[in-house]
Amino acid sequence: MTVTRAEIEELFFREAELLDAWRLEAWLGLLTDDARYYVPPNDNPDADHRTTLFIIADDNARLKERVRRIADPNCHAEHPHSRTRRLIGNVRIVDDSGAAIRVAANFIVHRFRRGEDVRVFVGEYRYVLRREGGALKIAERRAILDAEELGTLGLVSFIL
Amino acid sequence: MAGYVVDDRARMVFSVDRETMVSPDILRGEERAIFGTCWIYVGHGSEVAKPGDFRTRDVAGRPVIFCRDRNGEVRALFNTCRHRGAAVCTEREGNARSLTCSYHGWSYDIGGALAAVPGEDAYGPHFDKAQLGLVPVPRLESYRDFYFLNLDRGAPSLDDYLAGAKDYIDLVVEQSPSGRLEIVAGVQEYDIRANWKLLVENSVDDYHLPTTHSTWLNYMRSAGVTTRPQREAGLLLPTRGAGKDLGNGHLTTDNVNFRGRPVAAWISIYGEDAKDDIAAIRHELVARLGEARAARIADTNRNLVIFPNVVINDGSSVTVRTFYPTAPDHMRVTAWALGPVEETPAQRARRLDAFLTFYGPGGFATPDDVAELELVQRGFANWREVRWSDMSRGMAKDEAAQLNTDEGHLRVFWRRWNALMETAR
Repeated sequence: MTVTRAEIEELFFREAELLDAWRLEAWLGLLTDDARYYVPPNDNPDADHRTTLFIIADDNARLKERVRRIADPNCHAEHPHSRTRRLIGNVRIVDDSGAAIRVAANFIVHRFRRGEDVRVFVGEYRYVLRREGGALKIAERRAILDAEELGTLGLVSFIL
Repeated sequence: MAGYVVDDRARMVFSVDRETMVSPDILRGEERAIFGTCWIYVGHGSEVAKPGDFRTRDVAGRPVIFCRDRNGEVRALFNTCRHRGAAVCTEREGNARSLTCSYHGWSYDIGGALAAVPGEDAYGPHFDKAQLGLVPVPRLESYRDFYFLNLDRGAPSLDDYLAGAKDYIDLVVEQSPSGRLEIVAGVQEYDIRANWKLLVENSVDDYHLPTTHSTWLNYMRSAGVTTRPQREAGLLLPTRGAGKDLGNGHLTTDNVNFRGRPVAAWISIYGEDAKDDIAAIRHELVARLGEARAARIADTNRNLVIFPNVVINDGSSVTVRTFYPTAPDHMRVTAWALGPVEETPAQRARRLDAFLTFYGPGGFATPDDVAELELVQRGFANWREVRWSDMSRGMAKDEAAQLNTDEGHLRVFWRRWNALMETAR
């Protein structure tokens, strides 16, 4: 079964909508049950999380705990929640020859908090998608930041 | 001029003037009296393992080249061309035989000696290349492969300076069977909009754990870790521990561990299949060091502050963290993971996974620390009207009885800070 760019974009745009709206439980529904989430370190974007210290390297259990944590009002870094707005473009199908469909896209995420300067996260998403019952689901999402260091971006306390 | 710290043991008052957190004049004073006289962490020997290896970084606000020369000696050189000043080395890290300034092409060998000057014939007879090498930092010394520089040529030795902190570095180093640790690839560099001293306080302040980190404690419990509170003796917190004065402004927490240790105390987060491996690491530790020392290493966790600005958290994993102010209300943080060189791939992966359960800008705890520090700094805008912060917790007890949830160890930092700043006035 082939995949089209339009179908992938539909998934990306739906995901962006849910994340920007902080509908995190609904967002988890876009993921496979074994989905993973990675943010590699700025100085080593192509590294392996088993040998290199990442910023985020969640297996599925950790990812669900992350969602639970940042939805909790006692998560001080995200309460009140950041306002975010994501723009996703330059969507590419990297490899759709197997069951795991590899895609890439560019992102810009603006993050706003009261009393703080806007923070702009720019980079590339690398996703692994799988079909489950006909629907495209996210099996792995990797957010690779272009910034040379986090620096004034500070934290990655929301879902990037 | 009144002091910045009120330290009245008879009345059990300890207060810190919030001007110390907002004033550009005080930051300039700190640059001289503290960062200009203390030993400041540069890096770990494993980061420049081979001759020719180099790393560029800012230390005490100075761009330096941390490198290993062709003879295998570790060096730290000011990264500025002797000709007209350009930073000579622009790569983050690498291995090189020589470094060439991109402006006019002066080139230096990796030990800093000036090797070649384009058009050297235009200089006079007194132009002496031997005197024009990259300038080494005034002092560079190491303890167990942790390298520090000192901008004050007359400073006491690093060994004397570290005082009681050495015992706590030893507890980390002894986690390696060969006594060799390495910085793991992948650096975390992030800014906090807060005064640098707030991160010193926060790194060892266990009073904040139940409130700031309730979501982390929830996660630990949800993952099956016992964080059962022990409320005897006025303790609020899920650990029993001490806050200790290690001399020369260094301090540490020293706690009974509940949070798991890659070397070597198993918790459920590691997974059932890691049980045997953790037991094997523990067995090696006992065989090498004896039961008591092994328990000391594996069953306690410690957050160590080496005055003024390096923290070694030997907790859920091991992190080395250093930070430097760019303004009174802004600091740059650099953090690394540290582990024994002989770890297997599975052990290394477990160490890194355990790191991210708590530490770093995407961890389950550090982001909330950062949020609190930024809230504190925001509150400090009221410093003229609300001038003093209270740091008297635990003062009713002997110094030796200070708990990790008291503020005795925070007072250690501030007494040292105040003494150094007094000398600079």
